[in-house]
Amino acid sequence: MRKLLITASVLALGLAVMPASAETIRWARNSDALTLDPHSQNQGTTHTFVHHIYETLVDRDVEGSLQPRLATEWKVKEDDPTVWVFKIREGVKFHDGSDFTAEDVVFSLDRARSEKSNLKQLHSAVESVTAVDDYTVEVKMTGPSPLYPNNLTNTFIMDKGWTEKNNAVEVQQAGSTDDNYAVRNTNGTGPYILESRDPDVRSVLKINANHWAEKKPDITEIIYLPIADNATRVAALLSGEVDLVQDVPVQDVERLANTAGINVETGPENRFIYFGYRFGDAPLKSSNVTDKNPINDPRVREAMHLAIDRNAIQKVVMRGQSIPTGVANPPFVNGWTPELAAYPEKADVARAKELLAEAGYPDGFSITLDTPNNRYVNDEAISQAVVGMLGQIGIKVTLASRPIAQHSPLIQNSETDFYLLGWGVPTFDSAYTFNDLIHTKAGHFGAYNPSGYTNPELDKQIESLATEIDLDKRNATIAEIWKKVQEDRVLLPIHVQVLAYAMKDKFSLAVHPENQPRMYEVTVNK
Amino acid sequence: MLAFILRRLAQSIVVMAVVALIAFMLFRYVGDPVASLLGQDSRLQDFEELRERLGLNDPFYVQFGRFIANAVQGEFGISYRLQQPVSELILSRLPATIELAFASAIIALVFGLSLGVFTALKPRSFAAGLIMTLSLVGVSLPTFLIGIGLIYVFAVELQWLPSFGRGDVVRIGSWDTGLLTSTGIRSLILPAITLSLFQLTLIMRLVRAEMLEVLRQDYIRFARARGLSNRAINFGHALKNTMVPVITITGLQLGSVIAFSIVTETVFQWPGVGSLFINSVQVVDVPVMAAYLMFIAFVFVVINLIVDILYFAVDPRLRIGSGRR
Repeated sequence: MRKLLITASVLALGLAVMPASAETIRWARNSDALTLDPHSQNQGTTHTFVHHIYETLVDRDVEGSLQPRLATEWKVKEDDPTVWVFKIREGVKFHDGSDFTAEDVVFSLDRARSEKSNLKQLHSAVESVTAVDDYTVEVKMTGPSPLYPNNLTNTFIMDKGWTEKNNAVEVQQAGSTDDNYAVRNTNGTGPYILESRDPDVRSVLKINANHWAEKKPDITEIIYLPIADNATRVAALLSGEVDLVQDVPVQDVERLANTAGINVETGPENRFIYFGYRFGDAPLKSSNVTDKNPINDPRVREAMHLAIDRNAIQKVVMRGQSIPTGVANPPFVNGWTPELAAYPEKADVARAKELLAEAGYPDGFSITLDTPNNRYVNDEAISQAVVGMLGQIGIKVTLASRPIAQHSPLIQNSETDFYLLGWGVPTFDSAYTFNDLIHTKAGHFGAYNPSGYTNPELDKQIESLATEIDLDKRNATIAEIWKKVQEDRVLLPIHVQVLAYAMKDKFSLAVHPENQPRMYEVTVNK
Repeated sequence: MLAFILRRLAQSIVVMAVVALIAFMLFRYVGDPVASLLGQDSRLQDFEELRERLGLNDPFYVQFGRFIANAVQGEFGISYRLQQPVSELILSRLPATIELAFASAIIALVFGLSLGVFTALKPRSFAAGLIMTLSLVGVSLPTFLIGIGLIYVFAVELQWLPSFGRGDVVRIGSWDTGLLTSTGIRSLILPAITLSLFQLTLIMRLVRAEMLEVLRQDYIRFARARGLSNRAINFGHALKNTMVPVITITGLQLGSVIAFSIVTETVFQWPGVGSLFINSVQVVDVPVMAAYLMFIAFVFVVINLIVDILYFAVDPRLRIGSGRR
């Protein structure tokens, strides 16, 4: 009996030493982070993983709004609208024990906007970064930049001393032949510490007991497992070898939701799928109409808009896992309104045919549609559906399907007449979309506008958004731009993608609009 | 013998060079690596700069020459995707692939030989008929389907074996082996069976056909007349004489098992060179793709050489032939 008591008390002691609940989550998704160097890649999978180790000044929550993280507050300087002032969190330590100060922020922002960084575009309006004192940083912009903090949600803060000591001040660049220490080693301030990493196989993160946040995460250990094959990933969840699957194939969502012991969370992603086409007088390259460009006629674009049955695509192609939309803007992004997002409930084939006839194409015309086949959810199937729908009004579409690595050059080099593309809005503001998709392709603007659509007046309005400090006035301009974009049918939006996370039902985690689930936000149901 | 090997080596170098050339010509149609390297936020100017830095704007023959010059020195560059030296990546993935390939080759050889002999000796038995029918499944079903099927039966439904990965590994020198841990062995079973099934049925059918052929020969009849035991006839004489084609096929198949373990590795998330290659193709990671193809060409060349040498050992006629020359 005494022996038993002793055993029991030893056990109790053991339990007392352990954290309240040691909980491991095995997290599977389709691919691995490319690198651990936080400024080397501007890529979602990499950012998602790195968010557990490093931290940003501000963060985006599941509703899409900005939250303080390493910065406790931020505001535009009172006497100078071109300067942003960040108050830095006190008492934060890096994993190696060194103190986190304004110096580290200055160093990291400078590194992130350095020539070799892939994040430099987000910081292109920054002129200089200075530390005012240990806990205040001022960022001087080239002009008023009312939305700059939106660009900081994936700019991670590194330790200056550590990075310098390990010769990793320069960002590793693709194609360079030198090995960079920061690619495989980390020293962040985040809630987890990297314990081991075998790229493409398995990474283990252990909780950071000294993390500044008051609320300790339920999850104390993360095992990150990239599983490329869809069926295997789902099978691993069903067989109990993983706890959470991030990239659930649409065809499995319903089946998993009906499986006992598995909980599926869905929610809209910050990404819309749309079609674009070539404007301008020059004839299309892939059409039987060789003397002019049918798309340049607004009636033809309207006819195409009317011919597409978005609800059918949602139901048949996406199996319900999408939110059809009439505007190229996800719902939580500034500038979105339900009126803009309205779309024809059903295809109006008769009216579309009438419009085509009015435009002088009673028998339609032919055109080639370029589509990626491995980038977005069911991208090729969406295009196939649209080929059929346009066929009903006499537009004969030839489908050219390619992997994204071959599809993107067509967009960049404006070598396509008609294309499918997906677009995310990391700043959660319409200006981001206008800059790249609507503005005339010139200089820093219109990088993803291969259509040749150009409207100098609109361009001017778009450019004004970057520096307008009066937010009401700015929002009014955004509304005006959207109105014009919709009138001209510059883009042919289809839907907003829906994300699904499947997990064992003892865990719960809401879908993150940027598909950046945070394991420290997982709750364990007891 | 030595002259023969040297001649073969010289031919191998030509083969490798041709593989490199063809691979390089193909890469130009795989897509633009820059597109997958740079994100949505990148500007046209960034694309141009990166292309210039990677040397993608150079003419094809310049890129090829640069690759050969580096490859000869054993330098395959840095992976675009993982930003690590390619040779290091491939070497770290190789043990997984080799262990998988050998495990499946052993399964294929052991079961292929024994089932082949069995079906040849008892061609009319019910069991032989059943085996032959089932072997059709092995030949005709695609690997990924077999893999997924096995996962659903043994991992999801029965939960006997893991569905993905390699389990725990033990590091011996620079070799990570999964053969010394129970999770490693358990993880190996399903992929090894999947990968071996095609070779198994192939070897089995080959052994059976050859064996039936040999059993009809006069010397077998004479052996029986001399009163040799069945065992001595079947295994000492008949089986030995079927081995030459079997060795050829098995050897070449081992090459293709290593080279084409891609599908199996992807289905089982097996961390070998095959899955590394697939991941690299998706993002047009040219340095990894080039090094992988060179490596596979090398494997085939070496295996062919070994097979040729084995002929000498198994078939005395070849030895006499070369002696006369």
